[in-house]
Amino acid sequence: MFRPLIIIRKIPNIDFMGLHKIGFALSSLLTLGSIVLFLVQGLNYGIDFSGGIIMEARTTQGPANLATMRSKLDGLGIGEVSLQGFGSPDDVLIRVPRQPGNDQAQEKAVETVKAALGDGIDYRRTEVVGPKVGGELVFKGVMATIAALFAIAIYVWFRFEWQFGVGAMLSTLHDTITTVGLFSLLQIEFNLTTLAAILTIAGYSINDTVVIYDRIRETMRKYRTMDFKQLINKSLNETLSRTILTVSTTALAVLSLFFFGGEVLKGFSIAMLWGIVVGTYSSLFIAAPLLYYIRPRGNPDRKAVLTAPGTPQSPPTPTGPGPGAPPAGRSPGIP
Amino acid sequence: MLYFQTWKVILILAACALGVIFSAPNLFQAATVASWPSFVPKRQVSLGLDLRGGSHLLLEVDMASVERERLNGLVDEIRGALLDAKLGYTGLAVEGDHVSFSLRDAGDLNALRAALLKLDPDLDVNLAASGVSTVKFTDTAIQARQRSAVDQSIEIVRRRIDETGTKEPTIQREGEDRILVQLPGVENPEHVKELLGRTAKMTFQLVDTDVAPGDARAGNLPPGDELLPSADNRPGGPQFYAVKRRVMVSGDTLTDAQPTFQNGNEPVVSFTFDSTGARRFGDATSSNVGKPFAIVLDNKVISAPVIREPILGGRGVISGNFTVQSASDLALLLRAGALPAPLTVLEERTVGPDLGADSIRAGTTACLVGVALVVVFMIVFYGLFGLFADIALFFNLCLMLATLSFLGATLTLPGIAGIALTMGMAVDANVLIYERIREEVRGGRSMISSLQAGFERAFGTILDSHVTTLVAGILMFFLGSGPVKGFAVTLSIGVLTSLFSAILVTRLQIVTWLRRSKPKEIPI
Repeated sequence: MFRPLIIIRKIPNIDFMGLHKIGFALSSLLTLGSIVLFLVQGLNYGIDFSGGIIMEARTTQGPANLATMRSKLDGLGIGEVSLQGFGSPDDVLIRVPRQPGNDQAQEKAVETVKAALGDGIDYRRTEVVGPKVGGELVFKGVMATIAALFAIAIYVWFRFEWQFGVGAMLSTLHDTITTVGLFSLLQIEFNLTTLAAILTIAGYSINDTVVIYDRIRETMRKYRTMDFKQLINKSLNETLSRTILTVSTTALAVLSLFFFGGEVLKGFSIAMLWGIVVGTYSSLFIAAPLLYYIRPRGNPDRKAVLTAPGTPQSPPTPTGPGPGAPPAGRSPGIP
Repeated sequence: MLYFQTWKVILILAACALGVIFSAPNLFQAATVASWPSFVPKRQVSLGLDLRGGSHLLLEVDMASVERERLNGLVDEIRGALLDAKLGYTGLAVEGDHVSFSLRDAGDLNALRAALLKLDPDLDVNLAASGVSTVKFTDTAIQARQRSAVDQSIEIVRRRIDETGTKEPTIQREGEDRILVQLPGVENPEHVKELLGRTAKMTFQLVDTDVAPGDARAGNLPPGDELLPSADNRPGGPQFYAVKRRVMVSGDTLTDAQPTFQNGNEPVVSFTFDSTGARRFGDATSSNVGKPFAIVLDNKVISAPVIREPILGGRGVISGNFTVQSASDLALLLRAGALPAPLTVLEERTVGPDLGADSIRAGTTACLVGVALVVVFMIVFYGLFGLFADIALFFNLCLMLATLSFLGATLTLPGIAGIALTMGMAVDANVLIYERIREEVRGGRSMISSLQAGFERAFGTILDSHVTTLVAGILMFFLGSGPVKGFAVTLSIGVLTSLFSAILVTRLQIVTWLRRSKPKEIPI
C-alpha cells in the first residue's frame, strides 16, 4: 500500500467573488476583442474552408530552400503561390489559390507546380478542394457550434435550473469565441480539425462548470441562509483542487499531442490547450459569479425570510475546513 | 457496505477480458493476424486514408444536366403530342425548369392534357387556351429521378473502379447528390479521375450525307440533324459531322467490349451487342449499306465508317486513332456502362504512404507519452488509488480499440488525437471520485462510508460531464468529413468506455483491495 506523493490538504480561501468584476471586465474585453479581430482581421482559413490547392512536399536532397523554390514558382500564371516551412527543414507546404474553371484547371495547376519545381521532390500530400464544399462547411460548422451550445445549455437546465443553463451557455460561448479570437490574432490556420477542437472545447469546458454548479447546488441545500457570495466562494474553493487536477490530466494529454502529434495536429492542440485554460478560468470567474446575478430559485438571499426553524444554519464564517456540518437530506444509502 | 454481486463481478471482468482480446489483433501486423486460427478475433481498426495513404475523391452528380436532358426529351414528346392532336403552336421551348409553348387557337384542351399525361403521368400540365401553357415534372418525379441517377452513378463508378483493379475501394453516397470515393494505396488518382470524368454515353447514328460540308460547318442543318465534332485532336480543329439525331443503336445494349488489335498493330475496341442491340444494328446496317454511320461517344464522333455490308452477328470493331491505353480505357468504360449524368470532382485529397506512416508514428508517440504522463500524474497525486485508476485506464484503452475494431470504424489522425484526449479525460472521473472521498474523510466519516459516498456523490457530476462531451461528439459526427468524423467517433466511444472503466473497474479494484488487505485507513 503506497501513498500519494503530493496531497492537497488545505482548502484554499480565495475570494473569487471579490475578483469577479475584474473577471467580467477581462472577459468582456477578450470577447469583444475576439469579435473585432474576427471582423477586421478574419481567420486564416485552411483549404477545408477556403478551397484551393495544397501540396505538402519533401525535398529528397538536403533541406528545402524556400527562396529558390519561390523564385521557380513565380510568374506561372496560377495566382499567388505561397510557400511555408512545415515541421522539418525538408518539408514545405505549397498553397495555390483555386483556379478559375473546372477540375481540369486545378489538375493543370498541380502539374504546373510539379514541373516548375522539377526533380528531387517527393509530394507527400495533395489536396484540391472546391469552393462549394468550403462554404457548406463554414455554415455547418457554425450551426453545429450553435447547436452544441444550446444542447449543453438545455441539458444543464434539465439537470439544474434554467439559471445554471444560462450561466453554462454564456461561459461556453465565451470560451468558443475567444478561441476563434486567438486563431484570428495569431493567424494560425483554421481548418476542420480546429473546428472539431472548438466543439470539443464546448463539450469539455462545461465539465468544471458542472462540477462547480453541482457543489453550489449542494451547498445551497445545506446552508439555506448563507450569504450567496459567501456560498459561491465556499463552493469554488472546495472544488478548486479537483478543478485543477482534472484540467491538468487533460492538459497533459493535449501537451503531448502538441509536442509529438506532428504538424497536422498543431492547430488542434493549440485550440484545445487554450480552450482548457480559458474554460477553467471562465468556470471560476464567469459561470459561478453569474449565478449571483441571475439567482436560482431557492437562493438563500430570497429564502432567508422563509427559512423554517430547524434548517441547518451556516457557520459564521465560510473559511472553515470544509463542510463540518453533517450533510442534510441527501445521503442516500449510507448506513 | 461496498459490495459487488458475483454476477456483476463476472460481467465486469468479462467486459475487460473481451476488451483485451478484441483489441489485441491491433498489436500485430495484418499478415500475422491473417494466419491465426479462425476462432481467434482478427478484426483490426481500419486506418483512414490519411494514415494508410491513398486518394479521396468527392464527386458531385450534375443533377442540372439530368434535368436539362429530360426537359429536352419532353420538348420532343410534346411536339409529337401537339402534332397528333393537330394543334398549331408557337414558341415551344425549355424555359428554366419547364417547357412552355403557346397554342395558336383553342382546341380540345382536355384531350391534349390526357395525351400529355399518357406520355408521362408525372407531369404537371398547365394548359391555357390563349397565352402561355407550361408543362413541367412534378417535384416528386424529379426527386425520384435524382435519387435513381445518384444510385445508378454509384453503381457505374463502382464498376469502373473495380475494373481498374484498385483494392478495397470505398464508394458511398454522401448527402443528396454526392459520391465519396476512397482509394487506399492509390497515390496518383489521375487515371481514375479521367475514367470517372467521362459519361461514356455511346450511340451509333447515321451520318447525313445530304448535307454539304460547307453547310454543316455553317450550322445549316435540316431539322432532325445535329452537328458533332470529331473526337481526335487534329491540327486545325476538329472535323464536324452532320449526324441524324435518331439513334440507330445505343451503347447500353452492349454486353462486352475488349481492347484488341486490328491489322496487326492498330489498337481497336471490339464489342458485342445483346440480342436487341444486334437485331437493331442488323436492321439499320442492312437498310443503309454504302452509307457512313457515326460512332458517337459523349457527343463526339470517334469514327464514321462506311457500312460495306449488313452487320448481322451483333459484333463489331471501333477504330479511331486509339493508343493501347485509350483503347483499353474505352473498352472499360463501355463494359461498365454510361453514367446517367456527368460527375464533377469537388474535393480531392491524396496522401502518400510515407506521410501516413509518419502520422501513425507521431500519433502513437503522442498517445503513449500522454498516457505515460497521466499514469505518473495519477500515482503522484493518488498513490495506490492512482494505480487503480491507471489500471482502469489501460482497460479503457483496450475497450476503445476493441470497440473501434469491432464496429469497423475508421481511425484517422484526428481520431488518434481523440484517443489521446480521452485518455486525459477518462481519469477526470477518478479525480472527481477520489477528491470526494478525501473530502468525506476530512469531514469525519468512516473509511467505508467515505468510499461509498465518494462514488455515489461523484456519479451525477461525472455523468453530466460525459453527456455534454458526448453531445459535442455527436454533433461533430454529423458535421464532419472523413478525418473529423474519425475524431468524433473515438471521442464518443472513449467517453462511453471511460464511464464504465473509471467507475466500475476502479470500484471493483478498490472493493477487492478492501476485502483482501483489510486496511485501517484509505491511503489518499
